[in-house]
Amino acid sequence: MAASATPAALSAPTTQRLRDAALLRLAGRLLRDPVICVATLFLLAVVVCAVLAPLIAPYGPNEINPFATLQGPSSRHLLGTDENGRDVLSRVIFGSRVSLSVGFISVGIAVVVGVPLGLVAGYAGRAADSVIMRLMDAILAFPALILALAIVAMLGQGINQIMIAIGVTSIPVFARLVRAQTLSLKTQDFAVAARAMGAPARRILARHVLPNTLAPVIVQGSLGMAFAILAEAGLSFLGVGIKPPTATWGGMLQKALQATHHAPTLAIFPGVAIFLTVLALNLVGDALRDALDPRLRGRTQDAR
Amino acid sequence: MARYLAGRLLAIVPVVVLVSVAAFSFIHLLPGDPVIALIGTSGQSLTPQQLQAKRHDLGLDRPLPVQYLSWAGDALTGDLGRSAVTHQTIVKALRDRFPITLQLAVASFIISLLIALPTGIVAAYRRNSLLDRVMTVFALAGVAMPSFWLGILLILVFAVQVHWLPPSGYVSFGSSAREWLRHLLLPALTLGAVQAAVVMRQTRSSLLEVLNEDYVRTARAKGLAERKVVLLHALRNALLPVVTVAGLQVSRLLGGAVVIETVFALPGFGRYGVDAIFIRDYPVVQAVVLVTAVIVVLTNLFTDLLYGVLDPRIRYA
Repeated sequence: MAASATPAALSAPTTQRLRDAALLRLAGRLLRDPVICVATLFLLAVVVCAVLAPLIAPYGPNEINPFATLQGPSSRHLLGTDENGRDVLSRVIFGSRVSLSVGFISVGIAVVVGVPLGLVAGYAGRAADSVIMRLMDAILAFPALILALAIVAMLGQGINQIMIAIGVTSIPVFARLVRAQTLSLKTQDFAVAARAMGAPARRILARHVLPNTLAPVIVQGSLGMAFAILAEAGLSFLGVGIKPPTATWGGMLQKALQATHHAPTLAIFPGVAIFLTVLALNLVGDALRDALDPRLRGRTQDAR
Repeated sequence: MARYLAGRLLAIVPVVVLVSVAAFSFIHLLPGDPVIALIGTSGQSLTPQQLQAKRHDLGLDRPLPVQYLSWAGDALTGDLGRSAVTHQTIVKALRDRFPITLQLAVASFIISLLIALPTGIVAAYRRNSLLDRVMTVFALAGVAMPSFWLGILLILVFAVQVHWLPPSGYVSFGSSAREWLRHLLLPALTLGAVQAAVVMRQTRSSLLEVLNEDYVRTARAKGLAERKVVLLHALRNALLPVVTVAGLQVSRLLGGAVVIETVFALPGFGRYGVDAIFIRDYPVVQAVVLVTAVIVVLTNLFTDLLYGVLDPRIRYA
């Protein structure tokens, strides 16, 4: 088929196949590193826990047992029980639902708002650029956690409000990233050629610029999820995040702090869950960045 | 230098204006009547006439731009309003609490540099050694570590298990220097360790880049002692990006202080803001948000200026 086909007929399925092959190669290269392999498997396990929590958890997350409060790890309660006799393992498993959904959705909000802002700032000229970027600077001037606190004060407590609060604080990161990409992409030959052929700005941005910014956005997305999970845990730890009795890793640590003297193990496992999830996301994000950006890979390699 | 300075100063004006507009809008974006937000829940028992009178007293019946200008003018002259709960002036409360946060921030900043600079330098200089790998792992762990969890773990070890340090609370330097240090040590160590991870990574990578530069080779070739090459020639230039990163850390430090003050029950500025949210003391929340943002903008300005002093290329560019 390839020999007789015209270039136009070739392009669609072939580029698709080329792209698939490139993705497979990328995945193969990433998974060859044992650390990244373990991190990826761990993240998959967290996703499975979140999706299948009711099937995996040995107890309900809010199943109270007044006769088994503040117990240490045992065969009945692998990670012990909390001050209400709830099973810590089950609560850690259910907590992954909150952490992952806040991670995904707040990054989603930041991407959906931040990426178009970055495209416009980078492409539409100086006036739009300075208005948008000064707005982003203003958001960045607030320490993320304090801005999130203020937004929660305005919107009230709850998982949706937390997602919005964390999402808003993450917008500037994506806007800045995409703006920088757009500024350099718009001077490249393919974008200049499209413009010379009279393509409208919207088409140039959608067809030529946006697809080329996706790789860095995906990388930043995984790092942004790590940040969002830490931020949600911080807010829930402060008691302004998701309201009890919903099981959240941060909320469990808040209770654990009050019980350091009688039940020190309570403080261990929710923290381990946050730490490992964030660590795995950072590792995968860094590895993706190295793999997707050959320039950077060269640099870190000779920097090492 | 004067032009550089003027340019930097001008650039922060729109940001400060936007930040103050955002902080001002906070009270008006809250659900419910801004009068209630400003005078507290006691306002809920007022009759409509009394509420109207209050609204007039507080100037809330004026157009929003006028309200903003008068509010911003007050803020510039050091009047941040009154607490809706205690009715104390907020500036007075901040004056009591801010020094505690400042002590925590400065102490943890120093601790983070004390950890990050030597380890970063050694890791870069002995790259790929066991030491480098161990430190890189620690830095990765530090970035993923929730500061409040590290704080709880340190309490478990140093306060609950071995009883060396108190688990929480604050003692002023004036009443007992020894107790002051003992109470500040764990919080500062917690916050400092988490910050150190970021600064260490930056120190390592920028020193690595600089060590390959021609002038480092020249310095070695002319027979300078290795220690001098690294510490005087390479480090000075490698520290430029580190200054930026360390400056940006101030924002994280302030955000982190909110959480750490809660872990260790320090009556600081961040704790004040969090407590205010619980008791719906919105003028206090507003003041805390405004003050932290202004501090961040000013430290970023200071970092830029410092960068200009350290790197002549920027001054004259």
